[in-house]
Amino acid sequence: MNLLETLKMALRGISVNKVRSALTMLGIVIGVGAVVAMVSIGTGATSSVTSRIQGLGSNLLTIMAGAPSVGGVRQAMGSATSLTIEDAEALKKSVSTVKNVSPELSQNAQVVYLSQNTNTSISGVMPAYEEVRNFHAAYGQFITKDDVDTSRRVAVLGQTVAGQLFSAGEEPIGKVIKINNIPFQVIGIMEQKGSGGGSSNMDDTILIPLSTAMHRVFGSRSLRQISVEVASADQMDQASAEITNLLMIRHKISDSSKIDFQIMNQAEVLNTLSEVTGTLTLLLGGIAAISLIVGGIGIMNIMLVSVTERTREIGLRKAVGAKRRDVLFQFLIESVLLCLAGGVAGVGLGFLGSVAIGQYAGWGTVISISSIWLAFFFSGAVGVFFGIYPAIKASRLNPIDALRYE
Amino acid sequence: MLISVTNLRKVYSSGDEVEVVALKDADLTIEHGEFVAIMGPSGSGKSTLMHIFGCLDQPTEGTYLFDGIDVGGLSDDKLAEIRNKKIGFVFQQFNLLPRTSALDNVILPLLYNREFIDREKARLALDRVGLSERYHHHPSQLSGGQQQRVAIARALVTEPTLIMADEPTGALDTKSGDEIMAIFQELNEEGKTIILVTHELYIAEHAKRVIFLKDGEIVSDKRLKNRKISKVAGVMA
Ligand SMILES: Nc1ncnc2c1ncn2[C@@H]1O[C@H](COP(=O)(O)OP(=O)(O)O)[C@@H](O)[C@H]1O
Ligand SMILES: [Mg+2]
Repeated sequence: MNLLETLKMALRGISVNKVRSALTMLGIVIGVGAVVAMVSIGTGATSSVTSRIQGLGSNLLTIMAGAPSVGGVRQAMGSATSLTIEDAEALKKSVSTVKNVSPELSQNAQVVYLSQNTNTSISGVMPAYEEVRNFHAAYGQFITKDDVDTSRRVAVLGQTVAGQLFSAGEEPIGKVIKINNIPFQVIGIMEQKGSGGGSSNMDDTILIPLSTAMHRVFGSRSLRQISVEVASADQMDQASAEITNLLMIRHKISDSSKIDFQIMNQAEVLNTLSEVTGTLTLLLGGIAAISLIVGGIGIMNIMLVSVTERTREIGLRKAVGAKRRDVLFQFLIESVLLCLAGGVAGVGLGFLGSVAIGQYAGWGTVISISSIWLAFFFSGAVGVFFGIYPAIKASRLNPIDALRYE
Repeated sequence: MLISVTNLRKVYSSGDEVEVVALKDADLTIEHGEFVAIMGPSGSGKSTLMHIFGCLDQPTEGTYLFDGIDVGGLSDDKLAEIRNKKIGFVFQQFNLLPRTSALDNVILPLLYNREFIDREKARLALDRVGLSERYHHHPSQLSGGQQQRVAIARALVTEPTLIMADEPTGALDTKSGDEIMAIFQELNEEGKTIILVTHELYIAEHAKRVIFLKDGEIVSDKRLKNRKISKVAGVMA
C-alpha cells in the first residue's frame, strides 16, 4: 500500500470525527505551545541578562573595598576604608595587564532641583570612568581632568535621575542642582544603560568629579571601588592575580585569608548568571514537556477508542487483503498526523505567548529555528510513541473476530 | 481443482474446558467454475467452513489445498495476499466503510495490492452491478440491495477466481435478494467459482450444487438438476 493512499486514509479517519480530533489535538497544541513559549522565554531572559552584563564592559574587573565574605561575618561591601586613590594609580602604573583604572567613590545623597527632589547614588569618578565602564555621556559633556584637578562642582546625570528632576522638554544642561545642599552645575546626561546584573541601576546615578566628592561632598579619603579595564579578555585571571599581589604588598598583608578587598570578575558573574538562567530554561521546558506527555496520553486514549470503534472496519480491511503493517501504518500515521497538526498550531501559540510575555517582562523574545524543529520532532515522536500501542493492537486483530464484533 | 479439504476439523476452545467442535472430519472438493450453496441450521458450522475456505481462518486439523497451495502453516500476511488476489467476499451486513463513496469502497482491495491503483477497474466493477449512476453515493444514501451490489463490486474488482458470500441476501427483501442472485448466476456463467452460505432453500436453489451441514458434519452433497434462474431486468450491463 503506497504512502499517498495511507495518508489519504488517515486524513479521512481524522476528519470523520472532527470535534474529537480537534479536542485531542488541543492537548498537543498546549503542550508544544508551552514548550516553545517556555524555552523562548528562558532564552530571552538569558540573553537579556547576558547583554546587560556585557554592556558593563567585558574586560572589567571590579575591586571592592572590604574583606570577601567568609563564614558569614563581613562588612558591607565597599564600606571599608582600605582602597585609596594611590592604590588605583599604582595599579595602572605597575601592572602590565591593566589597561586603565577608574577609582570610584559613591554614596547616596539628597538631590534637589527647584521643587523636585530625590535620593540617589552620587559617584565621584575620574574621566577614565567613561571608557572603563563603557558608559558614555549622551548629551553635553563628561567630567574632564580639569574638573577633577580644580574640584569643580559639576554633575553628569543618569537618565533616570534626569527624568525625575527635570520635566520633559526642559533643558537640564547648564541648570544648577543641589547635592547635600551644595550647588552643582549640570554639564551632561549619560546614555541609557539599564540595570547591570546585580549591581545598582546605572541610570539612577549622578556622576561628579572624584576630588569634589572626596573633599566637598562626602569628606572621605577612601574609595568604594576601583574598576579595572584589563588589556584583553584572556588576561582576566592573570590580571586578577597580579592586582591581588600588588594590593597585598601595598596594604602590608601577608596572609591571603586576611585581605581587605575583593575582586569581582564580570565574566564570572556572567557565567554564573547564565548557568542560573540556563537551569531555569531547562526547568520551564521540562514542566512544559510534561504537559506534552499528558497530551500524548490523550492521543493514545483516543486512538484506543478509535481502534475499538473501528474493529469491523479493520476486520474488513484485513479480509480484503490488508497486511498487519498496512493496518499498523494507517493508525500510526493517524496519530502522528494529529500530533504534527497539533505541533504546528502549538508552535504558533507558543510564539504568540512568548511575544506577549516578552513584551510584559521587557525583553526581546528569542524564537530559535532549532526550538521549532525540536517542537515538531517531539510532537512527531509523541505521535509515534503514544500511537504505536493502539496501532499494534489494531494490526493484531483477527479478521473473523473483528468482522463478528458488534 | 480449486478447493480440496481432507479430514478437516475445527475446534473452538473458549475458556478453560468448554470446547466447541464446529467442523468434524469434513472431506470435500470444489472445482473451478462451480456454484455451490452451503446450507444448514444456525450453528451447524457454515460460517466456520466459509472462513476456512476463504483463508480467513486455519483449520485445527486436516489439510486444505486452495488452488494447489497447502494453506496450512502460511503466515497471516501470506494469507492476506491470497485473499487479496484470489478471493472476493460478500457479507450479510455488507460491511461497507461508512461516509465513504461507493467508488472508494470498491477501490479498497486495490489499495492493498502492490500494483498501480487503476480507478477505472473500480468504475467497471460498479457498472457491472448496475450502479454506474451511484459512484459518489455514500452507503447511507443507498438502499440495502444497492449496498450489497457495491459490496459485490468490491469483491469483483481484483478479478478473483473465487467469490464467497455468507448469507448475502439475509438482510434483504425478496426482490433485492433476487437481483443479487441474478448477479451471482451471471458471474458464474462467466466462469467465476461461487460459494454461497444460506439457510434459505429458495436462495440455495439458485446454485448448481447444494451441501448440507448439520452439527459440523456434511450430511448431504447434491447437484441440482432444475435450478432456479434469476434474471432481473436492468441490473446487468
Ligand atoms: N470464535 C468462536 N469461538 C467459539 N465458538 C465459536 C466461534 N465461532 C463459532 N463458534 C461456534 O461454532 C459453531 C459453528 O458456528 P458457525 O460456523 O458460525 O455456524 P453457522 O454459520 O452455521 O451458524 C457454533 O456452535 C458456534 O457457537
Ligand atoms: Mg453463520
